[in-house]
Amino acid sequence: MSAASETGTPFTLKATGHVARRQRLSRMSRWVLFSATMLAVFVLVYLMQDVVRLGWERLSWDFLTSYPSRRPLDAGLRSSLLGWLWLMGAVIVMAVPLAIGSALFIEEFAPRNWFTELVRLNISNLAGVPSIIYGILGLAVFVRGFDLWGITLFPSLGPTILAGALTLTLMILPMTIIASVEAIRQVPPSIRDGSLALGATQWQTVWHHILPGAIPGIMTGVILAIARAAGETAALIMIGAFAFIAFDNTSLMQSFTTVPIQIYNWTTLPQEGFRVNAAAGIIVLMTLVVGLNLIAVVIREKFRRSW
Amino acid sequence: MSNSVDLRPASTGQRAAEGTLERPMAQAQPGAIVEPEGEIAITIENLSLWYGPKQALTNVSMKIPARKVTALIGPSGCGKSTLLRCINRMNDLIPTVRIQGSLYYHGVNLYGPDIDPVEVRRRIGMVFQKPNPFPKSIYDNVAFGARVNGFKGNLDQLVEQSLRRAALWEEVKDNLKKSGLALSGGQQQRLCIARAIANQPDVILMDEPCSALDPIATLKIEDLMRELVKDYTIIIVTHNMQQAARVSDYTAFMLTDEQVTGQLVEYGPTEELFTTPKDRRTEDYISGRFG
Repeated sequence: MSAASETGTPFTLKATGHVARRQRLSRMSRWVLFSATMLAVFVLVYLMQDVVRLGWERLSWDFLTSYPSRRPLDAGLRSSLLGWLWLMGAVIVMAVPLAIGSALFIEEFAPRNWFTELVRLNISNLAGVPSIIYGILGLAVFVRGFDLWGITLFPSLGPTILAGALTLTLMILPMTIIASVEAIRQVPPSIRDGSLALGATQWQTVWHHILPGAIPGIMTGVILAIARAAGETAALIMIGAFAFIAFDNTSLMQSFTTVPIQIYNWTTLPQEGFRVNAAAGIIVLMTLVVGLNLIAVVIREKFRRSW
Repeated sequence: MSNSVDLRPASTGQRAAEGTLERPMAQAQPGAIVEPEGEIAITIENLSLWYGPKQALTNVSMKIPARKVTALIGPSGCGKSTLLRCINRMNDLIPTVRIQGSLYYHGVNLYGPDIDPVEVRRRIGMVFQKPNPFPKSIYDNVAFGARVNGFKGNLDQLVEQSLRRAALWEEVKDNLKKSGLALSGGQQQRLCIARAIANQPDVILMDEPCSALDPIATLKIEDLMRELVKDYTIIIVTHNMQQAARVSDYTAFMLTDEQVTGQLVEYGPTEELFTTPKDRRTEDYISGRFG
């Protein structure tokens, strides 16, 4: 104490030696992480400005409401946009409840044994299967129908929206289930205990506490899954959605095409005008995906809470 | 509720006697267990419990009196929380648990074949160590139990009554829509007590209800317990011996030693146990020589 009141203190609080080294590392990590983020942002911004510059001029109401055509300036997104909306609607309606249901069963109801673990492990593996494989599966089972020893296990649907939606549902189920399982795990056990101790049944506990608590995390998974399904091309081409559609889809049992496939189609054509169309199509697709995700974000924020 | 009496008194005495002969290690010293008088709410007989291969309770036998506060004390790992969680079958939720022995609630075997744990938990409520209000409004927290149990009466009235009994009403009556999580720790714990009371249980289990609270909040909860015990049977697990001495009518001292995990060492009226402990180990513990 006395030393402190003298000219100099017997110690220094400036970063020296070991502390200085650790602090340097800490500052460096900040810059490394910042650079990583900027790299990702830069690539994205570069691609977007490229697309927007090329396609912006082509965006118009006519472009959205015209059927495909051999002449670039007459061609539009009408049928592919409608097909895409039908498809995405059907996928969301089928995949989200199925994924949440499976996740709740795996996490809350299934007995904890090696079989459950095996199922869980397999779901994780399925999330890594390339989409073209799901396309082949969809073609074999949903489009052509599946017979086994003369018994029809699945009727032939043809290259319809329903067949496409079922295929994409299978494709995004694994990642949605995994995200949901993780979200359900984040609900603190004390909430579960509190509910059960009040005489709530397991289902009441799940419905009133686990599910509302897990929805923000589930929605994050849903956003990623929707983005993947929205841009899916390979699997849908496989099941026969690479088609010239010049009518408005009015039911799930019609043939269809989607925006990503239309974009792909245009990029394969030689005329410069179709390249512009493709760029304009990409802008439309991005806007639609952002719109879908905004809905999911709103749901997520509505349920967000701190424990 | 009262298809009771029959097999209790006889079988308890008999089995306890057998136990003494067979497994002297697991038993208290003679006289260290003083049975409470009056109405008995819960009778525990030779209760042993395992988590997987690990034993957590060994041959615990005791009778818990109705409308009294019974405290379970003992050092960490002595099995007191485990014993508490057996009483409303919360241990069922742990997959590897195995239980031997019996637990009677007014004469009904809680682990009998046709007993539904949901029904058990509705009658035997629980308050946890860490306040765990639901991330919902104060009102919804209190009303939850009634709602899931199909309560038909006046919900507003039940919520007010329960909050009043939990000595929280005056502090929250203008703010029932506020989140339960916005309350202070002590208020949250009283909210959890209100939530338990709203179910109109018969027994309230409290697992170290004050260990996360400051001294003033702790005193409020203790006052509340003394108030509630006029109508409810309260069983409280506590680390705090002063608390056990202050609030409880009966105290059970549990211990895990080299030979036996989770044994009941001594049980009797709180005053006797703290002033004239009969077992050497109880004396050592309450005088602060270990634990």
